[in-house]
Amino acid sequence: MTTTATTPGGGKARAAIAARTLRTDRWWLAPLVTFIGLGAWVTYATVRVFMHDWFFVPEYHYLTPFYSPCITDLCTGEAAMFGTPLPSFFLLPEAAFTLPFLLLFRLTCYYYRKAYYRAFWLSPPACAVPDGHKSYSGETRFPLIFQNAHRYAFYAAVIISVINTWDAVVAQKTGLGLGNIILWVNVIMLWAYTLSCHSCRHIAGGRLKHFSKHPVRYRFWTFVSKLNTRHMQLAWITLGTLALTDFYIMGLAADWFNDLRIIN
Amino acid sequence: MKRRFRVWRGDASGGDLRDFDVEVNEGEVVLDIIHRLQATETPDLACRWNCKAGKCGSCSMEINGKPRLGCMTRMSTFEENETITITPIRTFPVIRDLVTDVSFNYEKARETPAFAPPAGVAPGEYRMQQVDVERSQEFRKCIECFLCQNTCHVIRDHDENKPAFSGPRYFIRAAELDMHPLDSLEDRKEYAQSSQGLGFCNITKCCTEVCPEHIKITDNAIIPMKERVVDRRYDPLVWLGRKIFRRDQLENMAPSSTVGVAGTSGGVPNSSVRPPENAPTGPDGHLDVSELLAPQQGGMSPFGDDMTFPMAPEQVTYHHPDPDRPAGH
Ligand code: SF4
Ligand code: SF4
Ligand code: FES
Repeated sequence: MTTTATTPGGGKARAAIAARTLRTDRWWLAPLVTFIGLGAWVTYATVRVFMHDWFFVPEYHYLTPFYSPCITDLCTGEAAMFGTPLPSFFLLPEAAFTLPFLLLFRLTCYYYRKAYYRAFWLSPPACAVPDGHKSYSGETRFPLIFQNAHRYAFYAAVIISVINTWDAVVAQKTGLGLGNIILWVNVIMLWAYTLSCHSCRHIAGGRLKHFSKHPVRYRFWTFVSKLNTRHMQLAWITLGTLALTDFYIMGLAADWFNDLRIIN
Repeated sequence: MKRRFRVWRGDASGGDLRDFDVEVNEGEVVLDIIHRLQATETPDLACRWNCKAGKCGSCSMEINGKPRLGCMTRMSTFEENETITITPIRTFPVIRDLVTDVSFNYEKARETPAFAPPAGVAPGEYRMQQVDVERSQEFRKCIECFLCQNTCHVIRDHDENKPAFSGPRYFIRAAELDMHPLDSLEDRKEYAQSSQGLGFCNITKCCTEVCPEHIKITDNAIIPMKERVVDRRYDPLVWLGRKIFRRDQLENMAPSSTVGVAGTSGGVPNSSVRPPENAPTGPDGHLDVSELLAPQQGGMSPFGDDMTFPMAPEQVTYHHPDPDRPAGH
């Protein structure tokens, strides 16, 4: 075989292009916005979870999703719907049973993975912009191989969505206020986000080889697939509704403003 | 109107960006500019293209750093005073100028086990329902431009991953066949994970972003394949379900024994009589630019180079039809 520099299969050098990227558009904008957005949300959530205060409005039975279900000694009266098996301790969130799973669900979510791999880990920051790391093994080994556990986090998230729905239902006992509407919008969006999950799409019907043999699951898969195309939007919308719901309830509990009542 | 272009010129031994001012007319695409350069200043500028309709996948290049098809990138999408930089795709070895050696992809294609119909079903007897085959059909739109392969940071930024990683184009191939109602190979999920390097993908979606056919590579192929692998490898609930109901299609899957194109899935290798051969190169190791080196301009004569034209009349074996004679004589 003749091996010359320019015959196919001969030289194996890539084109010598000095610039690391030749992109001229603002490719850094999207990762920057993601970085700021996720960073701000995580900061807010951390502060709120460890504030151990202003999470419940007894007269309307509003409980913020960040403290639901409330299971430490700090949860008094009607806030403690599921009992208080845990002691109150400053490092222990009031929703100690559910928050870790919610965190896991969002951390292993196929959309958030893309978002933080790009914006935080720079692997890669944007398409055709070099990876910020020397070596790369992706999700092939510890710890990232545990991203494959997304499905269990999804199962947990479904249960937690039921609890959140229950919170919105019990809050309904006392008429109707803006708080109720906010709680319902949040719950609906949480369901939309949870059901649009890629694992859900797979479980619903994606794993089948013959849709024609499973017409019901096929319809469910079609429905989830439609939601799934909006998974990114829903991921951001739910971050917004969660923070808004929490902030509104914090404001009410701290007496910064009053609930806008529509009925009663 | 003339516009400023920077085109990478060179080969495996080196090269650089050269500046050109080229006339641009309304309605033109980047490939037209390459052609104009070939017709004017740089007749030996190498570039692959075929259809100029976004359907052959030959003209992949990087335009202002973005992997694009030259024939589908309109000049009207750029500002009038913008310099447009055109480089070959980075991930594969360069042959010359904008032409790269994409044989990595053909090697990976050959390694992927082919469609395997169930035993006893002859071609022509394949029957399937549209709903069942629909998902696979999306992936058949692929024009093999390899822009996704080029963009994927797993190999673009880490050349050492090439042996272990097949790339998004072959993940959609794996998904296409795994979802195909008539494919009988059961070990494609295992194969994708252990031999194609599915785990290297961190679903950052650049492949989907650059695909000119708008195939939802990540959402519809890679993530479903990852989930199918989870079924196989990491999900005890599914495992339990399989044991209890005993009717799951995944029941009797064995670990992958498929290597390369061996066995039933291999088909007939190299059915062409002619073995693959290298491009002919001149003494300097470069491909000939025939018009410059050949004794005459234009393409080689189909009559052979030793013929001179016009030929003497007695050499011509041609009988002029005699208009006076009746037809058939
Ligand atoms: S989504 Fe996966 S296959 Fe596609 S470009 Fe990113 S890492 Fe590569
Ligand atoms: S999947 Fe899309 S980007 Fe990749 S080779 Fe096929 S057409 Fe090109
Ligand atoms: S020339 Fe065929 S895709 Fe561009």
